[in-house]
Amino acid sequence: MAKVKGDIIIDIEKCKGCELCIEACPQDSLERSRQVNNKGYLYIVKVLDNCTGCTNCALVCPEGGITVYRKTETGKKQIAKIDNVTQDMNIEVNE
Amino acid sequence: MNERALIDDEHYEHTLRAEHTEIIDRENIVYEKPGTLIDIDMHYCPGCGHGVVHRLIAEVIDEMEIQSEVIGVAPVGCSVLAYNYLNIDMSEAAHGRASAAATGIKRVMPEKYVFSYQGDGDLAAIGTGETIHTCNRGENILFLFINNGIYGMTGGQMAPTTLEGMKSTTSPFGRDVATMGAPLKITELIAQLPGTYYVTRQSVHTANNVRKAKKAIRKGFEYQKLNKGTCFIEIVSNCPSNWKMTPIESNHWLNDNMLPFYPLGDIKVPKNGGK
Amino acid sequence: MKELKLMKGNEALAEAAIRAGCDAYFGYPITPQSEVLEYLSREANARTGMVVLQAESEIASINMVYGAAGTGKKIMTSSSSPGMSLMQEGISYIACAELPCLLVNVNRGGPGLGTIQPGQGDYFQSVKGGGHGDYKLIVLAPATVQEMSDFVKEGFELAFKYRNPVLILTDGALGQMMEKVELFPQQERKFEELDWAITGKPESRPKNAITSLHLKAEKMEEINIHLQKKYREIEKNEIRYEAIDCDDADYIITAYGLVARICTKAAQLARKKGIKVGVLRPISLFPFPYDVINKYADKVTSILDVEMNAGQMVEDVRLAVNGKVPVEFYGRMGGVVPDPEEILKVLEEKLVGVAV
Repeated sequence: MAKVKGDIIIDIEKCKGCELCIEACPQDSLERSRQVNNKGYLYIVKVLDNCTGCTNCALVCPEGGITVYRKTETGKKQIAKIDNVTQDMNIEVNE
Repeated sequence: MNERALIDDEHYEHTLRAEHTEIIDRENIVYEKPGTLIDIDMHYCPGCGHGVVHRLIAEVIDEMEIQSEVIGVAPVGCSVLAYNYLNIDMSEAAHGRASAAATGIKRVMPEKYVFSYQGDGDLAAIGTGETIHTCNRGENILFLFINNGIYGMTGGQMAPTTLEGMKSTTSPFGRDVATMGAPLKITELIAQLPGTYYVTRQSVHTANNVRKAKKAIRKGFEYQKLNKGTCFIEIVSNCPSNWKMTPIESNHWLNDNMLPFYPLGDIKVPKNGGK
Repeated sequence: MKELKLMKGNEALAEAAIRAGCDAYFGYPITPQSEVLEYLSREANARTGMVVLQAESEIASINMVYGAAGTGKKIMTSSSSPGMSLMQEGISYIACAELPCLLVNVNRGGPGLGTIQPGQGDYFQSVKGGGHGDYKLIVLAPATVQEMSDFVKEGFELAFKYRNPVLILTDGALGQMMEKVELFPQQERKFEELDWAITGKPESRPKNAITSLHLKAEKMEEINIHLQKKYREIEKNEIRYEAIDCDDADYIITAYGLVARICTKAAQLARKKGIKVGVLRPISLFPFPYDVINKYADKVTSILDVEMNAGQMVEDVRLAVNGKVPVEFYGRMGGVVPDPEEILKVLEEKLVGVAV
């Protein structure tokens, strides 16, 4: 089925936990996390994999902290690097 | 405590820092922070509309590719530090005097896009004279007027746009029109002046309103090249901290109380559609 | 070839602004300086393309200057005493943001709405800061219509040399009176992109911000230290004064602006009577010629300071003299201009009388 799929990346260190994105999300995919970021805010995370890429959350985010992207059908392996942890990590993300 | 421990394991793929986003193909990006918005934390309170409006200005500047042609003016108020967030040449201004400073800039650099970014206390109280005369002269600048009905930076005092009955630290029993005057609809007032070309009232409290506000801001910049007069965009915004509400509550309150008094929409549009 | 003209002080100043290549003038009418705005409105734009704008108030005009000066162009305004008071907040911002610009105060008698007659009651306001915070303007005090013209050019040069506002402090009489003036040739209006100015951020440099806001106390102190360093530099380099017949004098009169010319006449009358009097005229009121006066204090019996106020510059003269000789004061206030005979009489009574 050719359903539009999207996804978001939340910059949790920018997030001030205002929750405007939670209210703006028509898919109810966002929730408050159980942990605080370095600023001490309960940041927002995506909990459901039903994002349509409508950009509502990014539009209302006062911190400019949400990036929205289209999910490709032929998902290729995507690699993320996380520095500054106990050891550097390479993360593989499957579509 | 290291960063790893702060991230919910099951959500980490959605919570990566921006600098780790090379995983996404550029062509797949639907929406991201505009380049003209500097990648640092803003000092605004959680949920404050300033951040959204800053981002919209940056988006419009990026889309029009006019970063090298824009000069902004931010006077005293919460947004006085806007020059820390927008990667463009900017000037701070004294309280109320942004439109005078913007006039000075535009008059000596008429080929540039000049905008002022003012709050309600600044534009509609201490700077009323400058606002009216700048609009009356039809200076080819853009006013961005953020109206949240309160003095944010000084801690929640009554503003000229504070609604009747609304509580603030200097109207602790609610604004009494008999002694404190009625809220000032300065946008309607300046729309009467022949110098204004495009006057509109927008908000950024929902995603749809953000889309509309962006269109208005883009028009505000584009019309400057026509040299037809002043563009004036009021953005009805919130102030969760001083309204003493959560950001979500403040947006609902804005919708239920501010918008009936300050209705959204165009107040003055160019007769020929801005051609 | 010399270009000589008979002109009013205010008009000579306005003409000089056009010839100095000034880019914009923002002003508001107030007696006795309205001729500056009138003359520029009539002449400037057609001749050089200079922007001339009548603002809605002095507050607006100084903030237009603030905005426009941020672009690094040559910007000026002028006013008279009550108008200058309104401008003080803006001037403080300009001084802190280090914007070069030229201000003119055609001083009238005060306080309050006062009078439209000449005065020198704005000395403190001009040289000690005037607005809030620790800042200084470079203050030049012309005594002739010729200097009203020359100091415009010099003022712009100093303003850009030090990135500091320059104030020409003159008075209503000098602004209104006509004298022969030799005009300097028209200078081209040229725009130079300065590295600190806001002109639209190109790819090639980081963004510029004009600001006087520094919320961290340490940063604000740093700015203050930088400003003070600049003021010390100005004090070292830019002292201007005129010493008339001071070298053989037994008595010295200190006075600035037009009053110095009246005092020169009084000194001549005194010399006819055999009293050796010189006149020392500070031209730069900030930086003030403390050392010069201090050196003359070694040679003379006493000093008389004459001003059109209740005694303002006399405080600086006393600081300069540092108790070496008596410093007497004579002032007229509220717009009254003293005449040479009355100054001579005071001189004889207060200085010579004491000496004898």
